[in-house]
Amino acid sequence: MEGSIAELRETFTSGRTKSVEWRKKQLKALLDLINENEDKIFHALHQDLGKHPAESYRDEIGVIQKSVDFTLSCLDKWVAPNKENCLLFFFPAKGEVLSEPLGVVLIFSSWNFPISLALDPLIGAISAGNTAVLKPSELSPACMSFLSETVPLYLDNKAIKIIGGGADVGQRLLELKWDKIFFTGSPRVGSLVMTAAAKHLTPVTLELGGKCPVIVDNFSSPSKSKAAAKRIVGGKWGPCTGQACIAIDYLLVEEKSASNLIESLKKTIKRFYGENLKDLKNLSRIVNKHHFERISNFLKDPQVAASIVYGGSVNEEKLIIEPTILLDPPLDSDIMTEEIFGPLLPIITLKNIEESIEFINSKPKPLVIYAFTENETFKKRILSETSSGTVTFNDVMMQFICDALPFGGVGQSGYGRYHGKYSFDTFSHEKAVFHGAFFPEIEPRYPPWNDFKLLFLKLAYRLDYFGLILHMLGLKRP
Amino acid sequence: MEETKQKFDVDSAAILVKDLRRTFNSGKTKSYDWRISQLESISKMIEEKERDIFKALKEDLAKPEFEAFAAEISMTKSSCKLALQELKQWMMPKKVETSMTTYPSSAEIVSEPLGVVLVISTWNYPFLLSLDPVIGAIAAGNAVVLKPSEIAPATSSLLAKLLGQYADKSAIRVVEGAVPETSALLEQKWDKIFFTGGARVGRIVMAAAAKHLTPVTLELGGKCPAVVDPNVDLEVAARRIVAGKWVANNGQACIGVDYVITTKEFAPKLIDALRSVLEEFFGKDPMKSKDRARIINSFHFKRLVNLMDDNKVFDKIVVGGGRDESKLQIAPTILLDVPEDSSIMQEEIFGPLLPIMTVEKVEDSFDMINAKPKALAAYLFSDDEQIKTKFVQNVSAGGMVINDTILHVTVSTLPFGGVGESGMGSYHGEYSFDCFSHKKSVLYRSFAGESPTRYPPYTPQKQKQLKAFMSGDIFNIVLALLGWVEKDRERAQARSGNKGKNVKDDGLTPEQRRERDAKALQEKAAKKAAQAASGGNNAGGGGKDSKNKK
Repeated sequence: MEGSIAELRETFTSGRTKSVEWRKKQLKALLDLINENEDKIFHALHQDLGKHPAESYRDEIGVIQKSVDFTLSCLDKWVAPNKENCLLFFFPAKGEVLSEPLGVVLIFSSWNFPISLALDPLIGAISAGNTAVLKPSELSPACMSFLSETVPLYLDNKAIKIIGGGADVGQRLLELKWDKIFFTGSPRVGSLVMTAAAKHLTPVTLELGGKCPVIVDNFSSPSKSKAAAKRIVGGKWGPCTGQACIAIDYLLVEEKSASNLIESLKKTIKRFYGENLKDLKNLSRIVNKHHFERISNFLKDPQVAASIVYGGSVNEEKLIIEPTILLDPPLDSDIMTEEIFGPLLPIITLKNIEESIEFINSKPKPLVIYAFTENETFKKRILSETSSGTVTFNDVMMQFICDALPFGGVGQSGYGRYHGKYSFDTFSHEKAVFHGAFFPEIEPRYPPWNDFKLLFLKLAYRLDYFGLILHMLGLKRP
Repeated sequence: MEETKQKFDVDSAAILVKDLRRTFNSGKTKSYDWRISQLESISKMIEEKERDIFKALKEDLAKPEFEAFAAEISMTKSSCKLALQELKQWMMPKKVETSMTTYPSSAEIVSEPLGVVLVISTWNYPFLLSLDPVIGAIAAGNAVVLKPSEIAPATSSLLAKLLGQYADKSAIRVVEGAVPETSALLEQKWDKIFFTGGARVGRIVMAAAAKHLTPVTLELGGKCPAVVDPNVDLEVAARRIVAGKWVANNGQACIGVDYVITTKEFAPKLIDALRSVLEEFFGKDPMKSKDRARIINSFHFKRLVNLMDDNKVFDKIVVGGGRDESKLQIAPTILLDVPEDSSIMQEEIFGPLLPIMTVEKVEDSFDMINAKPKALAAYLFSDDEQIKTKFVQNVSAGGMVINDTILHVTVSTLPFGGVGESGMGSYHGEYSFDCFSHKKSVLYRSFAGESPTRYPPYTPQKQKQLKAFMSGDIFNIVLALLGWVEKDRERAQARSGNKGKNVKDDGLTPEQRRERDAKALQEKAAKKAAQAASGGNNAGGGGKDSKNKK
């Protein structure tokens, strides 16, 4: 392992990865990898998580294709230095901000989107000109072995390495010195990663999760509430059956609207995913036994079990949990205090929908807040009075594929951001460069000090150019 | 009176944070008016208490008034002024373009305060480096605790006193103290920690922050090199180097010049020029000059004297070498070609000693710099455009200045911060505002534009439409909706038809490519063999999965 890292460092020092041509070639090769191995990826995702090819395309392959295309089309612009204006005082000096690669970077990806959450940060690392190690999650073994077998066939393997393995491998990687660590996963491990990074003063980006709420206001027309129900069902069970950091965790609605909403959710679930446990389709399965138990344990609390209004059955052998809706489970139960990360949807009813702000603020900051509402004042209140990585109005998940928006958390949901240009920035150092000229030379910068110089400086800092001229001519009175 | 004597421990820190969090949660600090009122009052404080600030800086560092004014007071003032001027602009949500994929929608990025933040500052520019981040924190709408350095006690207590008078106590507080107080503060949960200081403590701060997943900005230091090409205007270069070393708090600055690299032949000329500039600036006996700050304390005085008196370097002194412990003053000292492994070349000097290292040609300096941890700043004096470009491209540092020193900090549109050992995160101007803000992305969608493609039940037709949507290519989308998806397939085929070409473009050398191909072949063969042996492992897996799906 140490040898691999030394090789990456050597490659980086050689300067090869800094050239824009190299970066573009690697990105194109990554696109080829995706395009030529689509079936293999579908297969691996199906093996690990039971993902339907359409879901796999929407959440993984398509995301990467789009991300590479976008990066390739913008890269020339991103690498160009940004010119900045300097004070007239220093004329003819000029300033610029130059993005330079950080060096050798480490990416930890997670198992729920084992292709896109692995390759998307890698696109950022490559586009910024770094060499990189990607450590895929061992909990999605088929995708891990797909990546470790296929990536070396397409990408420059003296600059980009996939290191597979479990927690012990992760531990060993963390002991080494990196120029950046990009981590997707849980807050608990995120904290360990940051502690390890502190030893080497390595900057980190932590993409964590949290309980992402959806606020559902009352609607002016049935077609809108139907659209909302579709988007909510799509956004809860669609992405890896709720095992997603940006999936809906729980739902907030007014008491009086709850029963209508539940009916409409039920209908949509049936249409999308089928009637009962045996006939479920288009749904991923739970990643493994451990998580299956964790999620089904939520339902073992008798008070929680009593709150089930739809679903609730499980198939341990196939690791399938039915889409389940719960109405007002106790707020101190595990299902309402921990991140669910699975196909259970607690609905919490409020007297007035505006109470949702207080409710959300009583919990750690989530990665996303979703809100379905037509009330502009309420939208403004949500924006200014709550805090989250993202706010999405009247839809679910769409922010993830909007290249112009930074994607990342705040507080308990992490820090740092990526996607589009932000991915490039995440793996770059913004170097400030000041180009001075030898003339003119401003004498008052230097000692020995006197009052003339002090006044000169005062005027200069006030940007009082007229006063400065008078002063230089000896006409200005202090 | 009783209260001030009480020890500041973990419990008092917890109470403090709780108080500030209450203020923050009330939403008070988020308002534009509150931020402006606080910034205005800090601005007023600097205006009205200029004399007191001069006095404190004189007491702590014997900082000449002129330097105190140029580097601390006016920098802080202009920072405040800029924030007051630009705040409305900074706070404005930034509209961003959305793509076809999410049509119809609009999107923006909203800056929101992080919450309750901690600023730990340092002693060399105790006024500027305390207030500059605090200004950023306030501008961004946070509640803030400032912990000034106990090593500059006069400024520390002045800051505590003045901020208590001028700032809103319910949201802006100063905690004075040393290690125990800092540790008590670090145990609390903050929404951001901004630290200026040494790399060793930086690590401790970051490890403490990790417990609460708190983002940190670390403004550290490092050995900032200045490379001098013989083709320069010698006199101007020498003045600017002296300005970036001894005029910058007598070398006790994180962006001060730490060492100089020049060519063998040019070194004597440079030394002569530096010597005469030093005499011009500080007189024949520099120990008597009032225009130079003193060493902060006897600990640092001893540290610096030890660097000079090291057996390996003592005989390399070509200018200066004088010291006076009673005045905590060390003369501007230049050393020529000290050994690379001596402490003075391994540690950050942070004082009035300037080693000059020589190389055969200027370009050789790049390797010398890159062999050390990344510095906060790197300086180059040269008239050769090629050298300038190479320097900018090949040397990594927080920031760099060509043909001058230090001035980049005065440009508020340039981010100020380190990389690698010199830290992470940046500030100044709008970067300060950003440093203490969370950039919240907001996507507005309407109920229209509902496309069934996104939802199950999934059909092959939907999958193709989805491909078109994700590509964001309007032409493709129309085609897909019309059902002409074969085009898509053709394009894909055309792309894979070009495969031969693409493979050549992969950035590998022919050897690497051959190696890769051989490996692929090998793997293919191995896979086949394995399949034959297990009776089709893949097929077996697939079969199980399709059962799963049912």
